[in-house]
Amino acid sequence: MDYLIRFIQMHETFRRPETDALADLNGFKVEWLSYSDDSPFAIIRFPDDIDHDTAAKALISRSIMTYAIYELWGTGSDYEALHKDIRKRTEHLWEQYRRPSFRFEIDSFHGSRSHGERRDIMESLGYMEFQGPIVMRNPDHHFAIFEDFKLDAKSPHQLHFGRRIAESGRGAITKYNLKKRKYIATTSMDAELSLVTANMAQAAPGRLAYDPFMGTGSFPLACAHFGSTVFGSDMDGRSVRGKKGRNVKTNFEQYGTSSLYLDGFAADLTNTPLRTSRYLDSIVCDPPYGVREGLKVLGSLKPALQQEVLLWNGQPAHLQSDYIPPKRPYSFLRMLDDILDFSTTMLVDNGRLCMWMPVAGDVDEDEAEESETVPEKAPEEQEEYDIPQHPALELVSCCTQEFNKWSRQLLTYRRRRDSEVDVDALAAYRMQRLDLQVNGSKKSTADELNDFRRKYFQGFKERT
Amino acid sequence: MKLLTLNFLTCAIKTCKSNPASFPLHPKDAELEQIEIDMNPIFIRNILPRLDWVALKTLSSELGLASLPEDVPTEEELMGEDGEATQTLKDLHVLLMETGIASGRLCCGACGHEYAVKEGIANFLLPSHLV
Repeated sequence: MDYLIRFIQMHETFRRPETDALADLNGFKVEWLSYSDDSPFAIIRFPDDIDHDTAAKALISRSIMTYAIYELWGTGSDYEALHKDIRKRTEHLWEQYRRPSFRFEIDSFHGSRSHGERRDIMESLGYMEFQGPIVMRNPDHHFAIFEDFKLDAKSPHQLHFGRRIAESGRGAITKYNLKKRKYIATTSMDAELSLVTANMAQAAPGRLAYDPFMGTGSFPLACAHFGSTVFGSDMDGRSVRGKKGRNVKTNFEQYGTSSLYLDGFAADLTNTPLRTSRYLDSIVCDPPYGVREGLKVLGSLKPALQQEVLLWNGQPAHLQSDYIPPKRPYSFLRMLDDILDFSTTMLVDNGRLCMWMPVAGDVDEDEAEESETVPEKAPEEQEEYDIPQHPALELVSCCTQEFNKWSRQLLTYRRRRDSEVDVDALAAYRMQRLDLQVNGSKKSTADELNDFRRKYFQGFKERT
Repeated sequence: MKLLTLNFLTCAIKTCKSNPASFPLHPKDAELEQIEIDMNPIFIRNILPRLDWVALKTLSSELGLASLPEDVPTEEELMGEDGEATQTLKDLHVLLMETGIASGRLCCGACGHEYAVKEGIANFLLPSHLV
């Protein structure tokens, strides 16, 4: 039988990629029979060689972008068509549902039904002759009628009927709500999107995830929620150490996942202390966008600081306990490239990199204009160009969260097996990177180095 | 800083990366801590083949802990026929997941640079002349 997924009607571009990531994690592929970003209902089919109810449960039970999954009993554009389809698909099944307890539920999207109408709709299904007791709490079988209305329409344009198989993992959103978390900071990622990111990264028991910009630990916490062992680092050691009694470690204690948290330490991705070898299953990160402060890495532009600095008593400054190493501005795009290259050297085969990237709001419009004047370039190609690429990484999905004047994207990559990697492309990529490192960029101010930052502030100027 | 994490960490200085002497980092004046946590057999079985076993043995002996077998334990040595965790697995759990360095320094065998560990948190940030 086919299955119906009841999605949330938000973060639309995250919905299908999350479901696909969870299917892949469970070792199967789902076939999408119907899906639209405008509707919370999608119909899927599982491969023939697996048990469908088990697969449906495995697929949805930790999903964040859905409410539940149903065995599809019928679908139609009006009630007459729906009833006909239910008869066709399920008449042979009715017998086994006659005795057990059950309940019906009506889920009208963009619409509402009066009490009387709801009763009429439920009674119109009487031909199935369920005789078991009607139980509202924990019935043996939970059936739902779905109505999909266009905005402000009088009657629904699409109907579905299904038997509930499993509820999603959205309960975790309440548990991980930032308002109730003891230790957070200004840029902590909200619970819902942290958990989705962990799903895209396929965090799971027995696996190891690393966050190179962990801050207060939102992503490692989300990955540990799904059973993955985690560790992380941050260039700001203060964020790992926290304040009296509140730090990353106590966050794990709050959620009861301390045994999955290895360590946090102070480190810079461009001078990483990680041993280069492919032992990570997932890398999850939300790199600093450099809007509040310009983006920084270790080092200094001052010639005097290229030498070891000695204090008045002849002691090297960097050996003092209160030493704070100098930092220099860094290009945002280079940072993203560094993350990609780091990931290829650290991820196991099919391991995943999930990285958030900000996009200034006016970028799309500019691009649209450009592609009109240069017709030989398809708009999709134009878009591809902006997303950082690496020959050893396959871009699995790109999900966008829109804000008022800007948006950010969750990019998910899969580490290709070495045998899949185009050797020539990889060699060319390495040469290009080396060239960039040697010759560097002559740009030095935060705005020159960070196109996103520049556009972000331009956006503010236009509005005032 | 757990002993498992130390198996993933080397000197942060780029030129040290290619020098085999930079790994593992050598603990100095290390104060050890033991924190009891739940055993995670699937994780230990998955992560064991990704560890540098020689480095783990070096670290364990430098810290004066129990000596480890010559070779990486096999799947059969970790899980008994009844699916129960063997003593080998339990010992590895204690060593990798429960034993850590609370404070001290980690020293690179190639360049001699020392990284401080305070309250279990190591600092790998470098001064600008070493970047």
